[in-house]
Formats: sequence, C-alpha cells, structure tokens
Amino acid sequence: MGRTKKRHIRKSRADLALQIAVGLLMLLISIVILYPLIYVVSCSFSSGAAVASGRVLLLPVEFSLEGYKLVFSYRDIWTGYGNTILITLVATALNLLLTTLCAYPLSRKRFQGKRIYMLLFMIPMFFSGGMIPSYLLIYNLGLIGSRWSLILSGALSIYNMIIMRTFFQNSIPEELYDAARVDGISDIGYLLRIVMPLSQAIFAVMILYYAVGHWNSYFSAMLYLRDKKLWPLQLVLRGILNASRMELSVTDADTLAAMRDAAELLKYGVIVVSSVPVLVAYPFVQKYFQKGVMIGSVKG
Amino acid sequence: MINQKKHTWRYRFVRDLKRDWQLHLLILFPLIYILIFSYWPMYGAQIAFRDFSPRKGILESDWVGVKWFVKFLTNYNFRQVFTNTLALSVGSILLSFPLPIIFALLLNTVENEKFKKFVQNVTYIPHFLSIMVLVSIMRQIFNPVSGIYGTVYRLLGGAGYATDFFGLPGAFRATYILSGIWQQLGWNTIIYMAALSSVSPEYHEAAIMDGASRWKRILYVDFPSIAPTVATMLILRCGSVMSVGFEKAYLMQTSLNLSKSEIISTYVYKVALGTGTDFSYASAIGLFNSIINCVLLVFVNQLTKKMTSGEMNMF
Repeated sequence: MGRTKKRHIRKSRADLALQIAVGLLMLLISIVILYPLIYVVSCSFSSGAAVASGRVLLLPVEFSLEGYKLVFSYRDIWTGYGNTILITLVATALNLLLTTLCAYPLSRKRFQGKRIYMLLFMIPMFFSGGMIPSYLLIYNLGLIGSRWSLILSGALSIYNMIIMRTFFQNSIPEELYDAARVDGISDIGYLLRIVMPLSQAIFAVMILYYAVGHWNSYFSAMLYLRDKKLWPLQLVLRGILNASRMELSVTDADTLAAMRDAAELLKYGVIVVSSVPVLVAYPFVQKYFQKGVMIGSVKG
Repeated sequence: MINQKKHTWRYRFVRDLKRDWQLHLLILFPLIYILIFSYWPMYGAQIAFRDFSPRKGILESDWVGVKWFVKFLTNYNFRQVFTNTLALSVGSILLSFPLPIIFALLLNTVENEKFKKFVQNVTYIPHFLSIMVLVSIMRQIFNPVSGIYGTVYRLLGGAGYATDFFGLPGAFRATYILSGIWQQLGWNTIIYMAALSSVSPEYHEAAIMDGASRWKRILYVDFPSIAPTVATMLILRCGSVMSVGFEKAYLMQTSLNLSKSEIISTYVYKVALGTGTDFSYASAIGLFNSIINCVLLVFVNQLTKKMTSGEMNMF
C-alpha cells in the first residue's frame, strides 16, 4: 500500500517536470514566432530615423504614423490593392464553383465512372507538364497580359477538391440521400438543397484556402502580366522592397538621409498593410476550422 | 451466352448513365478545365523533344530527340543545380517533417486549454503571410545596418558591419529551411492534432492504471495512434522531393548566393523567360524534374506498402 503511494507520487513528479518543460518550450516557440512580427509592426509605427539606424528592438521608438502616411500616399499600392481584391474575388468564386462541381459527384457512393474520373483528376497532382508548356498554353489562349491568365491558371486545386469530397462523404449520411430520393429529388437538387446547406464549414475553409492563395501569389502575375497597372499587391510590394537605389539627382546629404529613412519606413508599412487583410480573415473562419479541416482531411 | 452478357453490360451502362446523367453533367466542367489546363501542358511538354520555334508552334517544330536532355545533363551547371535542389529538399524533409510531429505530441500534453489554443493560434499566423512578405521580413531583419540583426551585432560589440546573410552562399540553405519551419511549423501540426484528438481516452486511462507516466504515454499511446497519419504524410512529402518551390528560392536569390540558391525551377525560368528564350531546353529540364518526382513517388509508395504490408497505399 505504502509502496503504491510512493510510486504514485514519484510518477506525478515526473509528469509535473514534463509539463513544466513542455510549457516553457511552448512559450519559447511562441516568442520566436511572434518576435519578428512584433518587430515589423513596431518598426512601421516608429520614426524613419529610428528605423534606419536600427534603434527599434521591441516596441516602437519615437512613435509616428509617418510610415502609414507614406503608404497611403503611394498610388501604386492602391492600384495593387484593387487588382488583388478583384482577382481574389473572381478567382475564389470560380474556385468554389469548379471544386464543388467536381467534389460532389465524386463523393456520391453509387456514381458509376467515379473511379475513372478520380484517376483523371489524381494524375495532375503527381505529374505536370511544367512551367514552360503552361506558359505556352496561356500564350496560345491569348491571355498574356490579361487578368484571366491568373484567374484561369489556378481555377481548381485537386488537393482542395479531395478535402471537400472527403468532407461530403464523411459528414453527410447516405440515408439522407435515400430519403431525398424517395421524395423525388434530383442529383442537382440534392446538391443545392441538402448538401450545400449542410456544408457551410467546408465552404468557409475552402474560401480561406483559395482566397489566401490568390492574395499571396505573385508568380503567375510575374509570368503573365507585363503592364504595371494590372500588377497585384505582391508584385508592387516586390518593387518597393527592391528599390534600394536612391535618386542620384539629389545631392544634399540631409535630403538623401531623409529619403533613405522614408524608404525603410515605407517597406515596413507596406508589409503590414498587405498582410493585415489575410490575418483578419482567419479568426472569422476559425470557428469552422475544426469541423471543416478535421472531417475533410482525416479519414474515418 | 456471350451475347446475353454483353447485352446485360450494355443495358447496365445505359441504365446507370440515365440515372447519373446529372452527375456526369456537373463533373463535365471541371473535367474540361483540367483537360485544357493540366493535360494540354502535359501534351505540350513534347517540345522538350523538339526544337521549338515560336513561328512553327508546338506541333510543327522539328524533332530533335533527347538533345536537350543531353545538353542539360552534360551542362557545367547541372551538378550544381541538381545538388542544390536535392539538398534543399532533403534538408527540408529531414527537419521540417519530424518537427511538427514532435510539436504536436508535446502540445497535446498541455492540459490548460487556453494556453494550448494560444500557442496553436500564434504558430498558425506565419502560414498566412505571403512568401513575398516572409522574404521581405527576413531581408529587413537581417539587414546588417538597419535590421535587428545589425543592431544586436553592434550591441555585442561587433566591429564594422555585420555580414550580409543574403550575400553569403553558405547561409542560404539554413535560412531557407529555418524560415520554412518558422512559417509552417504550427500549420503542419493541424493534421496531427486532429489525429491526436481522436485517440480514445480509454487507452490513456488504461495506461495510467498500469502506471505509465505522461512521457511513456506519448511514446506508447499517442505516437502509435498517429503513426498511420505520419506514414501518409511522409509518402506525400517524399513524392514532392524535387518540387522545391520556385517562389521562395527566387526571391531569396542574390547575385552573390547563386552558387547555392540556383535550383531547377529558377534555372528553368531563367533559361526560357528570364534572360534566355530557350523554350525547348527549359521544358526538357522541367520534364526531367517531373519524371524524377514521379519515380520517387511510386518508389516511396511501394516501399511503404511493403513495410506496412499493404495497409498504407495512397493510390
């Protein structure tokens, strides 16, 4: 009896040690992840001189909104914002449409031909023609220089489609279909009136995945768009961050220093302004996350 | 007899088609889409075996056999580009694959739900930043003059300016891989956390009755129950060994670190669309990459199938 008790205490002590160690480790990881983010935000709220001379360590130094004034007066950023919003909206809508049209039939148990379709959709996940043939396709379709190149080249993610299909399979009971069938509902009617209303969670998750993807992408735009007026935010950002060259016509040292400070400040401001919409969107979708991703990605 | 069978088969086919026509109609749209946007480029990849001229187009250009593949394999750049791609990829797998598993197993032991949620949400944040923003943040932080890196260097009494990481070939792989871990660690735990949350508490209770410590329960209860998920993820991950993303490597490239940062995809881009216009040569390099990827995937899949006696097969 005494021995069991002793063992019990020793055991919980080991558990306690583990718990404390894990707690500290988790805290450390959180700090490592948060610090660069806090640093960037703090810099964006500091004065240009403090930023350029590296005086910001954690909190804003010489608090100012100068960086944001620069951002708001920079025309290209707003053009980029507009382009990104437009592309994200249209492309995400098309994504949802195609993904649903594909995932729904493939989720139906008794759909004849499902296996062949599935194979056809799986192959591109593992083998692709490559960057150049895709470029030539867009070129041959006459879409170079058009926003449609961005919208169409990423209109369906097979990976997301499979998540949605798994969600349909796992969360909508087959009996529901049998019952609906008795009521004389068609396959399309079943999708519109039963499956979709029951699948808000997965739609929320899909919107998040696709929209964040479009918001953050720059590669397709770099490949297909030449006209700066059509550039999405990420490409504008690239332009600003690469612009380290000063205007040589200015010879006055003070003006030069002020311009350098402003350029640094602008970079931090743009980083924050371009990331905020995506970060703000996440908490709204978060409540669906558990349901959507978990059921969609874990089988059984 | 045979006739009757055929009739039955045909009858069934027509009957099913009549029953499922709406489903076929729905899937027609995504099908047309991937035929154009996925399968046509695959067909178009034949320019890797032709001498592409924009005037003649994909199907009219002259055949040249494996000329471009030979050119790439014998190119003085080949070794470097191939090694760089492989090193980044294998390095990423070795580090960024096990870490989320360990992280999830440990995070799962945290009993304070609020703290757990906090850590989860904090570690998710970087996933939502674009590659452009990630690289920008790195460039700003590691800026030898104005970045925190330079500041700390001076605070510690470093002389002159700190070394610029982005100009240092030797630092490229480490910064590439570590920044990837920073960005994706939390996000990659989602699937494991989901698998862990479905572990029946009865197993844990039984283990506690047997006197197992929390640590032992991680090893003998938690880990075995997520092992199938781990295996699936490993297959998927190994299948993309050669597909190191273009986006990040390209942005992290400077003329100074090119000897380590030039990978297959950035090389393909440069050959055809950056400085050169060599479409066939670039396609051949891309195709070479795709094929290696595919072979690896099938190989890893077979291997896992053998190891787990056919239980884990993704196809």
